[in-house]
Amino acid sequence: MKKYLSFFRIRFVNALQYRAAALAGMATQFFWGGMLLLMFAAFYRSAPESFPMEFQELSSYIWLQQAFLAMLNSWAFENDIFEAISTGNIAYELCRPMGLYGQWFVKATANRMARAVLRCVPTLVFASLLPYPYGLSLPPDVATAVLFVFSLFLALGVVVAFTMVIYIITFYTISPTGVRMAATSAAELLSGSLLPLPFFPDGLRQAAELLPFASMQNVPLRVYSGELSGQAAVWGVSLQVFWLIALLALGMWMMHRALRRVVVQGG
Amino acid sequence: MKLYAKFFSMHLRSVMQYKTSFFLMAIGQFITAFSAFLSVWFLFDKFHQVDGFTFQQVLLCFSVTLMSFSLCEGFFRGFDTFSSMVRNREFDRVLLRPRNEIFLVLAGKIELSKIGRLFQAFLVLLYAVPASGVEWNLQRVLMLVFMLLGGVCVFCGLFLLYAAICFFTVEGLEFMNIFTDGGREFGSYPMGIYGDGILRFFTFVVPLACFQYWPLLYLLEKSDSLWCMLSPLVCIAFLLPCWALWRFGVRHYQSTGS
Repeated sequence: MKKYLSFFRIRFVNALQYRAAALAGMATQFFWGGMLLLMFAAFYRSAPESFPMEFQELSSYIWLQQAFLAMLNSWAFENDIFEAISTGNIAYELCRPMGLYGQWFVKATANRMARAVLRCVPTLVFASLLPYPYGLSLPPDVATAVLFVFSLFLALGVVVAFTMVIYIITFYTISPTGVRMAATSAAELLSGSLLPLPFFPDGLRQAAELLPFASMQNVPLRVYSGELSGQAAVWGVSLQVFWLIALLALGMWMMHRALRRVVVQGG
Repeated sequence: MKLYAKFFSMHLRSVMQYKTSFFLMAIGQFITAFSAFLSVWFLFDKFHQVDGFTFQQVLLCFSVTLMSFSLCEGFFRGFDTFSSMVRNREFDRVLLRPRNEIFLVLAGKIELSKIGRLFQAFLVLLYAVPASGVEWNLQRVLMLVFMLLGGVCVFCGLFLLYAAICFFTVEGLEFMNIFTDGGREFGSYPMGIYGDGILRFFTFVVPLACFQYWPLLYLLEKSDSLWCMLSPLVCIAFLLPCWALWRFGVRHYQSTGS
């Protein structure tokens, strides 16, 4: 456990070095969220009765999404890991006295968290200063807030476990770009990062909510505003737990099989 | 021009060495753009229209923006990845060659897999042109061509601007994504829906609205003001300040050394 923690700390300190990038990222996200809200506002004006959630709930959804983008997005991969696999540096990593899966998992989690910690606070503060109904509201009660934090970390776990599966696929193909892009765009759409799932047509929406992608953003962001509450929220969070375990198991199994066949050419 | 054709065929042959990878990437591009299309579709499935624009009319906007963006992203890739060129001193080599540096950066990198996106934009355009309810005549067709041309000019200008900023700093450039990727995402809808302030910004500062919202008003006969007709010209004019800044940057370029 201690070695994982120190690994975690190294990555964390590393990622905290890029402060200008964080500032630019924050400006971008703030603008992005604002534009999205203005777009939804236009749709709201056109037909307020068809809007599937309260506008205020949507605003909270969008701002949280922007604030935790670095943590929950499905397109940020660790280039080190891809390089380690294709250049053969993986041999060194295999020599370390800790499991490769754990090593990579911690690396990716730490990077995502470090980036998010740096960026989320200013975005959240700014967003909560915006006038109603465009700003970020507080969650309705303490229980919801606790559930949100729990669900947020589960979501982080699911995202990282998902990206782990993609890394491991790289063992089998030299050029992982195609797989990566297909997986990323499926995740983007179905996790509700392009469009919150309540805006999906009926039928498709229910199906999408069962998939692992929904556990990546949909659940925590909707739990926060109380839009997903009571039994529905508990069900969503249990699905997250299920997918986290399933993806972890899948990843470890795939890694186990891949490592048996790994051949590092020369050195 | 002949030299560019040579560069082009060189890039084409080099990607054709890895055909599977190339097609996978093109398909990946297609899927990425497709999910953006789906989200527009889902929204219209619920709301039917936005600020008086129907689904098909918005698709006209969507395809023009996507097409001009993907053309630029494919052929202007050299500017998009320019920060690495400055960082690894490759630009020094470019300056040593007896050709215009814009040409060399342009020709040095062509990303052909963007064809996946382009193809999608083309399909959507093919659907939207008859379905949008525009009564097409020669003028309007010409207008559409100018919209595309204007779009290409704006995005090229933005990429050039991005590269020019790289001469001064390579940090914190992420904010330029607001205009490039943001332009693509938010340009899927006519800029007018975002409200007056945003519309003004995207007309007078970064003329994204000048190749979609204003000409679209003309096409749909919502306005017959001369300004709407002339707005794509603003996009072409946008290239000038971008180019000027680039020249300024080149003159102040100091290599990072070896």
